[in-house]
Parts: sequence; structure tokens; C-alpha cells
Amino acid sequence: MKYVKQLMIILIFSFIGDILNHIIPLPIPVSIYGMVFLFIALLTRIIKLDQVETTAEFLLSIMLIFFVPASVGIIDTFFAYKSSMLPIIIIVIISTIIVMITTGLVSQFIIKLRNKKERGAK
Amino acid sequence: MQDFLQQTSYFGFVITIVIYYLSLYIKNKTKLSILNPLLVTTIIIVAILLVFNINYETYNIGAKYISYFLTPTTVCLAIPLYKQIKILKKNVIGILSGILAGIIANATVIVLLTKIFKMNNELGTSLLSKSITAPIAIGLTDELGGISSITVFAVILSGIIGAAIAPTIFKLLHIKDETAQGLACGTSAHGSGTTTALELGEIQGAMSGLAIIVTGLITTIIAPIVNHIFFIV
Repeated sequence: MKYVKQLMIILIFSFIGDILNHIIPLPIPVSIYGMVFLFIALLTRIIKLDQVETTAEFLLSIMLIFFVPASVGIIDTFFAYKSSMLPIIIIVIISTIIVMITTGLVSQFIIKLRNKKERGAK
Repeated sequence: MQDFLQQTSYFGFVITIVIYYLSLYIKNKTKLSILNPLLVTTIIIVAILLVFNINYETYNIGAKYISYFLTPTTVCLAIPLYKQIKILKKNVIGILSGILAGIIANATVIVLLTKIFKMNNELGTSLLSKSITAPIAIGLTDELGGISSITVFAVILSGIIGAAIAPTIFKLLHIKDETAQGLACGTSAHGSGTTTALELGEIQGAMSGLAIIVTGLITTIIAPIVNHIFFIV
């Protein structure tokens, strides 16, 4: 009963996302609409955390398996884009390193700056 | 055998769960971060399909029911985001600017390199969402008209690389702040990065988890714009 209710809430929000994705002509995935609305519902206490938590945590804990079918799809894509695979790998490696450095340095800089200000204010 | 497999809707489903369970077992035994369960599962299933000459469509007859849960599970990301709202509120400017800088850096590098390698636009589109968590990335690539299996491949690879190099990069570039370390992990390498962040500390872990979701959300806004300017001719 408890799990049925939790699953029901999660699926209703997914369905709301699906409806919005169809009406609003923006390239925003169904899941993002659902997630944002569930988040708002939690903030406004329309939905309470314990009304979704257990089922949500369960789904999130086994999340990786849900990507397997899409990931196995590489089998068809690989042969179709064989010559592009090496550039793709190079791009992914370089961009991952650059993103990590950028986010790390920028946020560290701003956090330090704010800490200094706070100390100055005191 | 192909005929039989096309008639049963269980084959793809069962093989996915069995191999996934096996890869979790291997991961728990070895504790090597390179043995990412998604990576291992994919490699084994691809190998099985190739060896027995089973095509992807046949596999997907059963496997598509697993993909069905991707959207509801992504919706559930609202729960960890809600739980971390306090941390977000406290450092909102530092967090958002760090993440935003990372997203812009990502888009810039991908646009530049795909143009340098003269790759087709469809591939560029598929790579734009490579740093974000797979469920959002797949949804976004579908919306933008990219190839979702390329995106998944790039997402997994980013995760593996990010998780492996994070400690070295932090040491080399003197990124010592715990919040900054966590954000850097989550923004560049989503869930995989979070595993490394958790090893570095509790604050890093929470920050990385938060960064996954915020990066995903902001990328959903930025990627379509970048895609429209650079990859749609």
C-alpha cells in the first residue's frame, strides 16, 4: 500500500512532465519537468518527503541498470561512426579535465573571496 | 536462435539484470573504480550479442522495459536536491558560479574540438550533454536530435576519467577547498565523480551530489542554445 502510493506519486509527476513536454515547445526533457515540479511540491509541502522517499531512494540506488539498454545501443552506433570514435574519446578526455579545473578554481576563488569579506565585515 | 529470441520478451530484460548483478559483484569484490558496473555490464552484453550474432533490436524487445524506468527515476532526483537545500542556500553564489563556469567551459571545448576534428553536427549535439548525469543527458540528446548511445558512451567515459584524475588535479592546481573539490567532481563527472568525492570527504560528497543535479538543470537551458547556434545549419 505504502509503496503503491509512493510509486503512484512518482509516476503522476512523470506524467505531468510528459504532458508539459508535449504542450511547451522547448527542448526540455520530460524528466526535468517532472523533477522540478516534484521539487516545488516538496518545498511547498504539497508532497511530504516520507510520502516518496523510500521508493525514490530504491529507484535511485539501482539507477545505473536503467541506462544499460541505451548504453548497449553503442553496438549499432559504433559501426556507423567508427572513424569518429577516436576524436570522440579525445574530446571527452580533454573536456572532462577542463571542466573539472574550471569549476574547481572558480568556486574556490569565489568562496575565498566571500570568506574574506565576511571576516572584513566583522 | 534469433527466431526464438525475437518471440520472447524476457531475453533482453533477464540478461541485463543477470549481467548487472554480476558486475556489481565484481565491483564489490575488487573495489576498483575503473570497473564501473555500467561499463562492465555494457561490455559483457555487447560481447554476448556479437558472439551469438544477436542484433540490438532483438535484445531491445525485452530491454526496452528497463529503459522505461529512466524517466521516473530522474524525477526522483528531486529528493536528494530537496535534502541538500540548506547547503545550497548557504553558498548559493559560489556554487552557481562555479558550476556555470564549468558548463560554459564544457560547451566551448566541445564546440571548438568538434569543429577542429571536422565532425558532423549530430555528433557535436550528442556530446554537449556529456558531463551531466545519464538520465538527463539521454533526455536532452533525444530532445536535441542527437544520438543517445553516443551520449551514454561519452557520459560513462567522462565519469571514469573524472573519478580517476580528480585527486591528482586537485593536488597539482592547489584546489583545497572542500566545497570546490566536491563541485568540480560533480560538474565534470556526475555520479562517478561523486564516488571519488565521497572518498575525499563528507562535504565533498554532498557538494558533488548537489552539483550533479544543478549541472543537469542548467545544462538543459544552455545546451539547446549552444546547439542552435553551432550545430544546426
